[in-house]
Amino acid sequence: MLLKDEVELLRRIPLFAHIEPSRLKLLAFTSERLVFEADEVICRRGDPGDAAYVVLMGSADVLVEQPDGSQVKIATLERDAVVGEIAVLADVPRTATVRAATRFEVLRIAKNDFLQLIRDFPEVAIEVLRTLARRLSWALGELAEARGGSAPPDGRSPPALP
Amino acid sequence: MSAPASSPPTLLRYIWDHTRPQQIWVLLIVVASLPTYFMSFDLPKQIVNGPIQGRGFEQPGATEHFLRIAFDLPDWLGGGHVTVFDGFMLDRFGTLFALSGVFLLLVVINGLFKFYINTYKGQLGERMLRRMRFELIDRVLRFPHAHFKRVKSSEIASMVKDEVEPMGGFIGDAFVAPAFLCGQALTAMVFILAQNMWLGLIAAGIVVLQVFIIPRLRRRLIVLGKQRQLTARELAGRIGEIVDGIAAVHVNDTSNYERADVSARLGRIFDIRYEIYQRKFAVKFLNNFLAQLTPFLFYAVGGYFALQGRLDIGQLVAVISAYKDLPGPIKELIDWDQQRLDVEVKFTQVIEQFSVDDMLAPEQQAPLPEPAAPLAVPLRVSQLSVSDDAGTHLLERVTLDFYPGERVALVGSANSGGEVLAEVLVRLQRPGGGRVSLGDTPLDEFPEGVTGQRFAYAGPDAFLRQGSLRAALLYVLKHAPLRPAQDTSAEAVEARERMRAESLRTGNSPLDLQADWIDYAAAGIDGPGQLLGRIRQVLGVVDLLDDLLKLGLRGVLDPRRAPELAERVLELRREFHRRLEASGRAGLVEMFDPERYCRQATLAENLLFGEPVGDREFNLDTLSSNPYLRAVLAADGLDAALFEMGRAIAATSIELFKDLPPEHPFFARLSFMGAEEIPEFQALLARVQGQAYAAATEADRRLLIRLTFAYIEPRHRLGLLDEPIMERIVAARERLRRGLPAEYRDNIAFYEPDRYNVAASLQDNILLGRVSHSVPDATAKAQEMIRTLLEEFGVEDAVFDLGLDFDVGTGGKRLSAVQRQKLGVARALLKRPDFAIFNRPLSALDVNEQKAIVERVLQQAAGADGHPFAVIWVVGSAQLGTLFDRVVVFEAGTVVEQGAPAELLQAQGTFARLAA
Repeated sequence: MLLKDEVELLRRIPLFAHIEPSRLKLLAFTSERLVFEADEVICRRGDPGDAAYVVLMGSADVLVEQPDGSQVKIATLERDAVVGEIAVLADVPRTATVRAATRFEVLRIAKNDFLQLIRDFPEVAIEVLRTLARRLSWALGELAEARGGSAPPDGRSPPALP
Repeated sequence: MSAPASSPPTLLRYIWDHTRPQQIWVLLIVVASLPTYFMSFDLPKQIVNGPIQGRGFEQPGATEHFLRIAFDLPDWLGGGHVTVFDGFMLDRFGTLFALSGVFLLLVVINGLFKFYINTYKGQLGERMLRRMRFELIDRVLRFPHAHFKRVKSSEIASMVKDEVEPMGGFIGDAFVAPAFLCGQALTAMVFILAQNMWLGLIAAGIVVLQVFIIPRLRRRLIVLGKQRQLTARELAGRIGEIVDGIAAVHVNDTSNYERADVSARLGRIFDIRYEIYQRKFAVKFLNNFLAQLTPFLFYAVGGYFALQGRLDIGQLVAVISAYKDLPGPIKELIDWDQQRLDVEVKFTQVIEQFSVDDMLAPEQQAPLPEPAAPLAVPLRVSQLSVSDDAGTHLLERVTLDFYPGERVALVGSANSGGEVLAEVLVRLQRPGGGRVSLGDTPLDEFPEGVTGQRFAYAGPDAFLRQGSLRAALLYVLKHAPLRPAQDTSAEAVEARERMRAESLRTGNSPLDLQADWIDYAAAGIDGPGQLLGRIRQVLGVVDLLDDLLKLGLRGVLDPRRAPELAERVLELRREFHRRLEASGRAGLVEMFDPERYCRQATLAENLLFGEPVGDREFNLDTLSSNPYLRAVLAADGLDAALFEMGRAIAATSIELFKDLPPEHPFFARLSFMGAEEIPEFQALLARVQGQAYAAATEADRRLLIRLTFAYIEPRHRLGLLDEPIMERIVAARERLRRGLPAEYRDNIAFYEPDRYNVAASLQDNILLGRVSHSVPDATAKAQEMIRTLLEEFGVEDAVFDLGLDFDVGTGGKRLSAVQRQKLGVARALLKRPDFAIFNRPLSALDVNEQKAIVERVLQQAAGADGHPFAVIWVVGSAQLGTLFDRVVVFEAGTVVEQGAPAELLQAQGTFARLAA
């Protein structure tokens, strides 16, 4: 996959959809393209969040550790998903472990580059805010439901990501 | 300089004190050279008058005495004529050649005298220069520590290096020149006086006038000379500041302020120097005028008397001709005096700067007769107070004891007192009141040898001398030459003896730098053989072994020095790749294969297929203009293909980066060009728009081809390399190698699957390829594998050893701040002190890393390697205090709490609050 294909792919992702193609190309250029083999760990819960990833190909499992030590899969990441941007933004450790389920190809956007991009282009910042707000609203709904309230406000699937 | 504090000596005094016998000797030689000197003046007259004009050879076939030694006896001895040697009888030609021969002989003798005198004077001057410089540095080494807050290193360097330099040239002439010139002038004077008393007195009067007036005119020159020296020294200081503070200049946009500052200084220097010139030449003018005034008086006054018949004309002529010998020496004397003035000013100025109160006595630093014995007494601080220059109390009446083997944490917020106490304990600060003693003896009474060997100190900024990592570590063990130099060949011994004798002659240090200075016993080992093990141990404590291994892997091994190791590395290479293959991770490293394009390597690496040796012929910048390489490319039109590829790279780079400000961090990712080159390439692209390779200028071709050299497909992903191009590059690689002209043979070390590459790093030799750009953390993974293999192959030590060769750069700047700090702690441990004093030595590390290292250091202190020692650690975070035996809590310069950490935590006091 070439730089220009990566740009096409990035444009399909809501987070980047409103960004000018030339900026996306710059983002792609400054990112690394990495291939994880099946079962390789992309990031581990508790690690410092040093990068965000955009999935180009393959799938990976998002895992949370249970009190008894076993790991439970809470989500699957597939093509076009973005993973890890929360840890990058909030400067908190990874909230979950991500392990490749198949051969898994990603674009790795280093923390500083991602922040620089937000700084340089307000439209990216707004897009990030929007995504986060959506997730927060979903999480609040889940919480309400867990406490015996009503179902989440809309039926969208959770974009829960580390 | 022997007693400068009491009475500032003059330069002449200083020179005389140190070189009296030599000055007298050279004066004697000068006197001895005079007879032949004057004979050589007289001889030409004899040659012309005698054989050439024919006096005494009036008759054909006449002969004359040559080398006849005869004289008339004075009357009171009875008169008569004595002939000692009748000489040879020579005819006219014989005499001509004989006299010419004598002339030649005199020329040679005079030349030899001159040669001897000049070298002797030179040697004298250089020795004195060496002595002065050494004494100045010696003083710097003994300055009280606080003095360094006030002096700039570059000013000191400028004084030692430049300001004393002219003195060296003067020293040889300091006494000889005035003596000799005065002699000449006096002779001429006496001769004139003998011819005519009155005219002689006139000449003497003018000379007296000169001697009286000129020095007065020079008073201002002395002042100016001082100013010139000061301003020049300050300029050196400012330049040093600009260089050291260059970051502040850039981040604050103060470059123009600096320019204005430098310009103002240079302007001031110009004014001073110009005024010096004006005055100097005014003095010269007056001087010349006075010198010419004398002949005027001779002609006018003497002529008047002669016309009146009161003076014999013959006498007048004799006086005038004698006078021509007077102005020369006088003028030179005045020049000498001018020079004396210059250097005298410099000398006093330098002496002033280097005369500091409270300097350490030389005995304090004298090498100990044998290594200092371990200390088994407590370090006592009683009623200690310290204030800073502004009078703020940094420590107030602190009383504390530190016992051998005890591990104490000094806790408190920044500048609450612990840091100052640590500095006082290692004598970097002086107590303002109270005292610090070791046992019952005040700390100040111990020579530096005792505290410097039995104490260790690591502060927040570890200064490292430029040199290898090994040297930086071992620096703390070098107190005195312990074993003579290894080279005991006759020449080496003789050279050392000569160096030593010369050092002693000039008051320099007689200690041999080539000797083995390392105090192995202090490090707890028997000799050099165990050194590496010990270094590994201390670096392990501070967690630097990984870094060291990486440095070793980056190092270039000389296979001639370690042929077995190179051989092992080749085996290791095969095993490395075998394991990669076996574990299904062959994609981690793409090996260099002469037959195939290595996609993970740059295009240039694929083309050269070797390491450039030296940085002239085949580095990335010069590669595209190398005519041989270009010919290789041109052979199948590859140059045109690369040109097109370069065009695409340039276009993409500009498209992506043209709107970014030049300092934008993304430029770090653009490996093809720098931010400043963007406009250049924009213009270039416009120029070659629609132009084929053949039509482009050579400069444009070169630039575009250069861009392609850094290209790596999996990294840059521009889709520019297809199979056919790669095949052509592999073919070009083969052509390049086969046809390599002899002149370039030493400039490339080609990769070969079964050979050790002398120019490549150890790691590249093991990989013989490039790690993949698409495998996550590929380099770390490869290094991990290499590390395991190094251990299995038993060559780990050799790699550590290579890592220790790493050059740390000026002030250790090639290491990170974290590495420097860790190294500071490591070398404090290396010397196995009795008291290790740590002053926030790991402030650049995060708390978890600090904790791990503190724990390991404390284990060492508890005697983990058989040598328990006391630790006094100013910790950056109070939590770390819980690891120690005792905690002392400081607040605003006083001790507010102390005791075992558990008790303090229970007491719920300040420590409990800080550590929470």
